[in-house]
Amino acid sequence: MILETVLLVAAALFAVGLYGALSQQVVVMVMMGLELMINGVILALGGLWWFLAPDPSGQVLLLVVVAAMTVEMAMGFAVATLLHRQAGHDMTDMATELRR
Amino acid sequence: MSPDLWADLAFWACGVVAVLAGAAVFYVDSMARATYALALSFVAVGVVLLLLGQAYLGAVVVLMMVMEMAVMAVYMVMFMGMNPALMPMSMVHSHRAAIGAGVGAFLLLGAGALLVPWPERRGAPDPDVTAALGEATMGSHMLVMVAISPVMVATIVAGVVLSLHRGRYDRGDRP
Repeated sequence: MILETVLLVAAALFAVGLYGALSQQVVVMVMMGLELMINGVILALGGLWWFLAPDPSGQVLLLVVVAAMTVEMAMGFAVATLLHRQAGHDMTDMATELRR
Repeated sequence: MSPDLWADLAFWACGVVAVLAGAAVFYVDSMARATYALALSFVAVGVVLLLLGQAYLGAVVVLMMVMEMAVMAVYMVMFMGMNPALMPMSMVHSHRAAIGAGVGAFLLLGAGALLVPWPERRGAPDPDVTAALGEATMGSHMLVMVAISPVMVATIVAGVVLSLHRGRYDRGDRP
């Protein structure tokens, strides 16, 4: 296990998440893609912390990323609920209220 | 076998599981299975964090994501009104462009990971990294926690306001 291999796995996770976030139509599936991208970021930060500078600052940064993920999840669920209540669907392609 | 070899084997096993489970999220034909695949991917990354000496954060990632995926499964059953395990789905758009973006991102990030001359490790980890993290968040890095706290409260308020049936100025007297 070296830094490069950890970053390669993190890059693969990020790439899979990017594919999902761009290709999925259901809001919850888009959120899953975003979660996978953040999963890759968490892994990359963990690897950089351990192999480059294992001091508490890196851990605090990692804690902030984990907190950001919870915020993304909570707001994503809230927006999906609102979409479902207002329009009766949960697809990104059908959420076109702002299109003229 | 040496402990380093075991750690290497565990890392590669968890890395392969994390990526394959992540890919399975968008390949399996039901949202329930996709949720479990995502949970498996997060658990594998949490185990890698444990291997990297992050005892506290690795455990937090595993526990938090298992709970989060359980919530997500309940959410799907609640809002889709059906057994999500029986729901076939292939709802994608811009499929080729998305594959191209994913492959391009992997090549770019992978090239960066392999070609950047990473510096030598600076310093050594604390004997107890969890205690060091606790002291940092309650001491030198307290501002970070002070900033995160109102963000969390705002998230709770915004989440409730958005998802309530009744809006902020709606008194519930409308038909």
